[in-house]
This record gives sequence, C-alpha cells and structure tokens, in this order.
Amino acid sequence: MDFQIALLLAQDGITNGAIYALLALALVLVFTVTRVIFIPQGEFVAYGALTLVSLQSGKVPGTLWLLLGLGMVITLVDLSRAVRARKLRRMPSVILFNCVMPLLLAGLLSVVSPATFSLPVQVFITLILVVPLGPMIYRLAFQPIAEASVLVLLIVSVAVHVTLTGLGLFFFGAEGSRTPVFTETSFAIGEASLPGQALLVIVSSLILIVALYFLFERTIYGKALRATAMNRTGARLMGISSSMAGMLSFALAGLIGTFSGILISPITTLYYDSGFLIGLKGFVGAIIGGLASYPVAAIGALLVGLLESYSSFWASAFKEVIVFTLIIPVLLWRSLTTRHVEEEP
Amino acid sequence: MNLSLDSVDPEEKPLVLEVRDLSVSYGKVEAVHHINLKINKGEIVTVIGPNGAGKTTLLCALMGLQPACGEIIYFGKTQGADRRVEKRVRQGMTLVPEKRELFGEMSVRDNLLLGAFDRYRVGHRDALETMDQVFDIFPRLQERCEQMASTLSGGERQMLAMGRALMAKPKLLMLDEPSLGLAPLIIKEIFHTVAELKKTGVSILLVEQNARAALQVADYGYVLETGEISLEGPSRDLVNDKRVIESYLGLSVRHGS
Repeated sequence: MDFQIALLLAQDGITNGAIYALLALALVLVFTVTRVIFIPQGEFVAYGALTLVSLQSGKVPGTLWLLLGLGMVITLVDLSRAVRARKLRRMPSVILFNCVMPLLLAGLLSVVSPATFSLPVQVFITLILVVPLGPMIYRLAFQPIAEASVLVLLIVSVAVHVTLTGLGLFFFGAEGSRTPVFTETSFAIGEASLPGQALLVIVSSLILIVALYFLFERTIYGKALRATAMNRTGARLMGISSSMAGMLSFALAGLIGTFSGILISPITTLYYDSGFLIGLKGFVGAIIGGLASYPVAAIGALLVGLLESYSSFWASAFKEVIVFTLIIPVLLWRSLTTRHVEEEP
Repeated sequence: MNLSLDSVDPEEKPLVLEVRDLSVSYGKVEAVHHINLKINKGEIVTVIGPNGAGKTTLLCALMGLQPACGEIIYFGKTQGADRRVEKRVRQGMTLVPEKRELFGEMSVRDNLLLGAFDRYRVGHRDALETMDQVFDIFPRLQERCEQMASTLSGGERQMLAMGRALMAKPKLLMLDEPSLGLAPLIIKEIFHTVAELKKTGVSILLVEQNARAALQVADYGYVLETGEISLEGPSRDLVNDKRVIESYLGLSVRHGS
C-alpha cells in the first residue's frame, strides 16, 4: 500500500465515519432521553436517500403515503382521546401537523412534477416528508409504553425496524439507486484528489454536529432534553414532559438520519434495506461511547469508518466481520471499567 | 342566602389547596388513608411525622407523581386524580423533592434556568430577572453559578433545589424534608429562608421530620402517623401539645419553661 492509496482510504473512511458519527449521536440522544435503542435509525437514511431519488425521477415517493397514513392514525387516536376527556383545545395543532401538512404536500406533489424542482427544493421536500415520521413513530409505538423496560422498548424498536424495511421494499422496490452528485468539483491534496462530494459530506456533518452542540448547550429546549436524560423525575418536576422530550429527540433522530441519507445518496448505491447496516455501524460507535457520551460516540464512529475503509483494502471479504468484531473488545473494556448500574424498575 | 360554591367568607383567607379524603396505595398496601388538609394563601403549613408515615407519598400524590383517590382542590378547581405533573407545574405547584433531583452534570445556572422552563414555554422571558431574585435569597448560588450541580455540598444542593423551584414563580411551594442530611447551622439557614419566603406571598407546604424547626416557622401543622392524620392545629398549639412534645420534640424542649 503506497501513500496515495492510504490517503484515498483515509478519505473514504472519514467520509463514511462522518455519517456514522451523525447516526451515533442520534442513537445516543434517543437512548439517553427515551431509553429506546433506536434500531430503525438506519431506515431514515435509506428513506431519505430513496425519497430524494424518487423525487428526482419525477415519481411521488411512497413515504408520502406513510406520512399520510401515520398522520391519519395519530389524528384519530388523539381525537378519540380528546373527545373522551372533553379537551379539544390541542386538536387544531394535532390536525394541522398530522393531516393538513401531509395533505398539502400530497396536493403539491400531484400537481407539480417534483423532477422540475431545483435540488435544494427537492432536498427540502425530502426532509419534510421523512423527518416527521420520527415523532410520529414515537407517538404511536413508544409513547404508550414509555415506562416499559429497556428490553421491551428494544423489542418494539426491532418490530418498527422490520416494518419500515418491509414498507421500504414496497415503496421503493428491490433495485438500488443513487442520485447524481451534488457537486462535480474536486480538490487536489498532494497527489491524491478529494472529490467535492466527499468534502460536502464531511463539512455538512461537521456543521450539523456543531449545530447540535449549540442546541444542547445554548438553547433551553436542548437543555431540557439533557435534563430529561440526566434525571427524568427532576425534569418532570420542571414541567418538561417525557413525551415532549421523546418527540423532540425522535424528531432530531429523524432529521439526522434523513440528512445523512441525502448526503450519501450520490456516493453509495442504496437499497431499501441498506439503512440497517449503516445504522448498525453508527451503533458500534454509540456503544464505544457507552450510549451516553456524545464526543466518545462520534470519535468511535469515525474510527469505525476508518477501520472499515482500511479493512476493505486488506481483507475486503471480512470488512463487516472486522467492524462488528470491534464491539467485543469494546464491551469487554467497558464492562471492566464501568460500574454496573441496575436498571430502575 | 347565597350558598354558591365560589362565595368566599371575607374573614377567611382564600384557600389555595384543599385535600379531601385522599388515599394512596402502592399495590395492595395503602400508604396514606383518607387525609383531609387545607392550605390558605400566604400560609406555611407543615406536615410532621416519623419516617415511613407517608409524608413523601402525600406530596407525590399532590404533585401528580403518584396516582391517588380522593379530591385535590387547587384554587377552587378539582384536580382529576390522574392529572399529570406538567399540568400542575403549569398551574403554579412546585415540589422540591426529598432527593433534590438536580441535574448533576449541568451548571448551577442551567439548573436554575430549567426551573423556569415551563414559564419559557408559555412565553415568559423573565428568567434572568427571576434568577437575580433567587440569587438575592441564596447568594451562595451566585458564587457557585458556573459549577456543576454534582460538585455542590449538601446544603448548597438544597439551596439549588429550592432556588430552581422558585424560578417557576410558584403559587404553592411544597418542600419535602428540606433539612434531611444537613448540618444544624445550615438547617437553621434553610428554615430562616423558608420563613422569609412567606413574605413574598407564596403558600408553602412543608413536610418535615424535624418537628421543632418546622413548627417554629409554620402557621398550622398536621401530624401524620402511619398514613393518618392523628393531630392538627395552629403550630403554636401543637408546640404545647403534650403528645407532640413527647413524641416529636423530646422532653428537653420544655425543660425549664
């Protein structure tokens, strides 16, 4: 292996690692706030990328129907509850978010062919189609069992993952697809060249990570999320409801996943089920951070990206094996160095 | 004669909280039985009693952390038994729990800011002014402003827990064992603050094992024993009550008087 190849592999590893880092942050966020190990995180990557592909080829993406369907179900559930409790004050916003907005989108997409929009508009539509699925899934699948044990939440999480993968096959078909590159420019670093798309991925991920940092450190809603993660009872006594924190964390996880999917759609061919593997690699990073530390999770995910990239050079057949085997020494090290905490009943 | 529910006797102070026939059970075990309790506006009411009498359970039920049977009437409005905590916070109830429940990995300032979270949500942007008022009450918190809550001493934690609760500008402040685990000098300081808080017009429900200190600041007291109220009255009378003296104040208090 000469220096040029090493550089190329490093560039590849960092690009992938940046995406894994984003997903790892989302997994840590969702777990600390809601105790849900969010297996469907990767589905948002696939949904984001494939929705963008659909839009670009002028088709109405299947995610729109999912958005409409989930929105209707939530509206019905909330409406029946509100009628029984005789409290209709909150219904207008529920209907607006879950019914009116998806219907408006459906109307827009049926009138105008999405292929005619410019790329930023297509990206924006993708985001508003896929990101709301996050809080909707929380509302339907996790909020009713928010007090259940981590194991029960994990099982439901797996069920959601399987459902979303199946729906992905139904919506997008079995073929893989990718979008055209966002930018053709490339930069020369010594002898190697850095494609603009890779740089775009790295820079956008960094920007998103910095934005998340500001959200958690500087805004009261970010602090409220951290507070819920630290002390649920304390947070509730401040009026920070667990369901609001859950919705918010799932919305952020949806945003991070969809955004990652859009970013990598020009550099990898994605299938309806590709998200799972990508999400799992983010999960390895999150595990390195003990599902608790954001910086360690991000660095761990970056390491996963690099490890994957170099092992694909030396032992490409064992690429995935090597990456996932990393979890064993990490777990061993974590179980030896951290004090075991019993889960509260 | 008008006997409508909202007619208030002008002689009497308006009622902040009225608890009628409240019972709380954990599974089959009833921890609190048929309690009746009243708090008037601007009053300090204390509930004293031994360990395991159900004092904390009572507060958790009032705050909505624990499901309960019976009626909780807050400012004339009956609260459903299943009412959520967040709702009560919005209505101006605040609980300073026994375990303080601080956000350990956050600075004192952030802990305080989150105390005003619900006010921020409904559109109030006066958290910084409120924080200055809290700093006037607890100057120590201002000194420790940037420190992590987990690095504070026991007394400072209690101050932070109370300061954080005050950030919500509560109408009813409920304190669960504020003296627990603190040094005598600090206990004195905390109770002095409780007495001072009364001047701001907030009503206070003080749950304490330290009966002497609690009765000194309170206007009215209840004695809770094995989940039932065994005695109640103005705290002046309770201090002189033989049963209270024997069980809770110790004989030394009355020595020589």
